[in-house]
Amino acid sequence: MKEFFLGRLNMHALPHEWFSVGGTAGFMGLFILAAIILTRTKRWKWLWNDWLTSVDPKKIGIMYFIVGAFMLVRGGVDAIMIWLQQALSSGSSHGYLTADHFQQIFTAHGNIMVFFVAMAFIFGLINYIVPLQIGARDLASPFMNTLGFWLYIGGVVMVNMFFAFGGEYAATGWLAASPLSSIQFSPGVGVDYWIWSLQISGIGTTLGAINFIMTILKMRAPGMSLWKMPLFTWGSLCSMIMAVIVFPLLTATLFLMFFDRSFGTHFFTTTGGGDPMMYTNLIWMWGHPEVYILMLPAFGVFSEVVTTFSRKSIASYTSNVLGMIGVTLFALSVWLHHFFTMGASADVNAFFGVMTLFIAIPTSVLVFTWIATMRKGRIRYDTPMLWFLGFIATFTIGGIAGLILAVPPADFQLHNSLFLVAHFHSMVIGGVLFGIFAGLNFWFPKFTGFRLNDKIGRYSFYCWITGFCLSFIPMYILGLMGATRRLDHYDGATGWQPLYISMFIGGLVIATGVALQFAQILASYLQKYRLRDETGDPWDGRTLEWAVASRPPYYNFTVIPEVTTRDAFMAMKSAGTVKTVYEDIIIPKNTAAGIYIAIFAFFAGFGFVWHIMWLAFVSIIGAIVVFIIRGFHDDSEYTLTAAEVEKLEKARIAKAKLAVPGKYDHTDEDMGLQQLIGISYTFLIDIVKNKRWRTW
Amino acid sequence: MSKHVGKGHIFLHRLKFGISAFIVLELIIFVVVLLSGKNFAVLNPKGFIASAQSNVILLSAAILFTIAIPTLVILYFVAWKYRETNTHAEYDPQENHGKMFDFGIWAIPSFFMLLMAFVMIPATHRLDPRQQISSYNKPLTIQVIAMRWKWVFLYPDQNIATVNFVQIPTDTPVEFELSADESPMSSFWIPNLGGQLYAMTGHVNTLHLLADKPGDYAGSTAELTGAGFSGMKFVARASSQDNFDSWVNEAKNSPSALTSEEYAHLLKPSEHNAATLYAKTDPELFSTMLAKYAGSHDHGMHE
Ligand code: HEM
Ligand SMILES: [Cu+2]
Repeated sequence: MKEFFLGRLNMHALPHEWFSVGGTAGFMGLFILAAIILTRTKRWKWLWNDWLTSVDPKKIGIMYFIVGAFMLVRGGVDAIMIWLQQALSSGSSHGYLTADHFQQIFTAHGNIMVFFVAMAFIFGLINYIVPLQIGARDLASPFMNTLGFWLYIGGVVMVNMFFAFGGEYAATGWLAASPLSSIQFSPGVGVDYWIWSLQISGIGTTLGAINFIMTILKMRAPGMSLWKMPLFTWGSLCSMIMAVIVFPLLTATLFLMFFDRSFGTHFFTTTGGGDPMMYTNLIWMWGHPEVYILMLPAFGVFSEVVTTFSRKSIASYTSNVLGMIGVTLFALSVWLHHFFTMGASADVNAFFGVMTLFIAIPTSVLVFTWIATMRKGRIRYDTPMLWFLGFIATFTIGGIAGLILAVPPADFQLHNSLFLVAHFHSMVIGGVLFGIFAGLNFWFPKFTGFRLNDKIGRYSFYCWITGFCLSFIPMYILGLMGATRRLDHYDGATGWQPLYISMFIGGLVIATGVALQFAQILASYLQKYRLRDETGDPWDGRTLEWAVASRPPYYNFTVIPEVTTRDAFMAMKSAGTVKTVYEDIIIPKNTAAGIYIAIFAFFAGFGFVWHIMWLAFVSIIGAIVVFIIRGFHDDSEYTLTAAEVEKLEKARIAKAKLAVPGKYDHTDEDMGLQQLIGISYTFLIDIVKNKRWRTW
Repeated sequence: MSKHVGKGHIFLHRLKFGISAFIVLELIIFVVVLLSGKNFAVLNPKGFIASAQSNVILLSAAILFTIAIPTLVILYFVAWKYRETNTHAEYDPQENHGKMFDFGIWAIPSFFMLLMAFVMIPATHRLDPRQQISSYNKPLTIQVIAMRWKWVFLYPDQNIATVNFVQIPTDTPVEFELSADESPMSSFWIPNLGGQLYAMTGHVNTLHLLADKPGDYAGSTAELTGAGFSGMKFVARASSQDNFDSWVNEAKNSPSALTSEEYAHLLKPSEHNAATLYAKTDPELFSTMLAKYAGSHDHGMHE
């Protein structure tokens, strides 16, 4: 009976080790703190109505960013823990972690950084920017988009839930290599948490991707043909198409693994006719495209940044777009380079090796278009450009490493070594994350109505790039010395320890960079009057997102723009055709259905993890019911009349005029770090001295 | 926009700072490493295959740097020259890049990638791990079984076995037949002698290596195998043929044999197993072990 109700769940699953107690307490503490603040400030309703149930892609984009930033810290703590262990654990010292725990940490680190940080930021940017860039008021399917977001949140909760229940995450590496992840070698619930966190968020990704493909294909402003679309939108379109192609494959693969683990089937097991090599194939058929799903929008960001700050249109739009399309096509046909060492024939290996080489051709084309764009430009070096310059260096190094790895005989020596790990961190940090940060600095005024502090932004960039070198140059070297990845301990005689220590120090420098990014946002907020963006166009932008106010009204455009050329907004500005008239607007209504479905999906996953089958089935039925009810819901939109729009616009403009300088706005410059520390210090002292909490 | 003017010189200053910091860091790291005289195992080959592979790595790197370094230099030069404050530089917002430009930016990388392919395809065939190494000496066959968390080596011709230690004669091609028993995928790797290959249950992957120089070389699994992963190491000792022969004799005289009980004992997960020699093995051991998994594969990519 107990087993029926609780499955495998019992008292032992409750937190009892330092990390599970710590993790649970930490998360609970944060939630309680948030709850107190919300209650005190009477913000629950506001949170629910204005944010959580919102179908506005701009708000969803910001929510992706907030959760992604939170997960960046969470995954960053993992990274520091990994590197601390490796810095300590040489020779007779075994560090402070057991092998198993260490392996769980790097698995969680990889999952979190790829799925819940990089994907979140990419989706955040796409949500906010793509509709604006194509001159759309909303999405093809706002509901599908919120559902995608909430399923992502379901995945986030799932990946952290092991702290409270089970105390164990997968110890298999971020792609749960089979047969290591089979029930034979990983009997605990860790791999099940892995399966369900990816499954839930992965389905969300598919839905989000379908929505954005439809949005980009169907909702563009009149006159904007595909060949006039902004480059970030192009990158996003390629990325989302790839996601729609490969994410269902991930879903299917995860289901097969789930059947193996929970119902005793033999798809990927070593015995009973299973085939782990099949799993390796399937997971990389999805896994390689996945890294380009992240990269393509980042390419788009860099194209926007380079053109805007060089004040020139892109050199050869056609080549740039064809480059992104080329990357998309090749990225679907190279997956085998992740396991040249599994024993395929020389012909097969050579084929996939050559395909991998070819992917570098369109990639290089992109770089060349950027160079030619900068040439004969007037380049302004605000923070986004700095991230671009950093990106080029790290990405080139990482690309060279990738191409060496693409040569099968070379890969035999470098596969699974730290050289490989250095390659993909060069790409994911130096490519994807730097792209995201460039995009964040670029579009932040659009998100909030004020620019980001330039000074502290630069410091954070310097920390990132220095930390990157300290961490990843030694990593390349260690790979060449024969260090395999994922070691929780190594011999003192290898002489690797100084390099591992350098990696750890680099990690701390990067962490400082992250801290500075938070400081940058805080400092900008304190000076938001000085940094405010009244025009909606702080950088002399070229594309339509700059044609609307910062922040844009929830209907984006009072008038849907007519597009005649590429760089549509630039053309309008020079032709003086930026106009203001008002018209009726149809707006989608808020919905909480996405939240309910995601909650059900979470409980279904939780039920499957713990073999609580009634819970899983009830939840699945619940999710389906909500989905159907929502489907019959006709009344999901309302109309804003032209008069109302006019009133709203006038109110917005009037309100913007009322903005007054804050306490820290009376300086000529962006606040420096010193000043920010001073302010924070005074603030804290004030709280303590005057016992401010009494009045809260 | 005017408030942004004048950042150019700051940029210059910072770019210099950034680049010099980058170079200094890199130098420091390299100096530290080189001074400590460490073993760059991958680029410090002690075997025929490893040297060929290291040559492939170096050649590919050379080709890639040939295109990458000029690209980077041009990019940073352009970034510097067309900075906002340099009003002498040409500014052409409507610049029209002709067809030649498009052709060029596709042709240049295509050329270099074809060059890489030209290196890669023959090298892939030449260094196919199952390719026999031609030599005057008769090849030595060693069967390797990956277990949790140890490596078991069987010498079918010598009828001896070892755990976490393998000795081979120099200048003799060695044919490692890699498999695994009750173990996750492992990857058999001796960086000084040559690249790795997976050891998987129910499969035999053949890896040919040849040691040029005598010495003790570190071997391990490059693929994650679970809790005992980092301890799953072995020593590969390359020695002269005479030395090898006397070692085989020593092994034959060792007190213990790899009986089926002993094998069952080994099969239980254990960590940090000491190097062990076994005098006798069951000649059928490897095939019996494989037969356990019969029917569980035979599809996929194995040839
Ligand atoms: C020039 C383009 C690129 C080439 C030629 C390339 C090549 C490769 C190769 C051959 C491998 C497999 C190495 C091995 O396992 O032995 C690999 C692994 C990887 N690459 Fe790339 N890559 C490129 C770009 C990228 C980009 C843009 C990203 C990410 C945004 C990326 C992320 C990764 C990741 C995450 C892995 C390894 C994952 C793992 O084993 O855990 N790569 N790459
Ligand atoms: Cu790949």
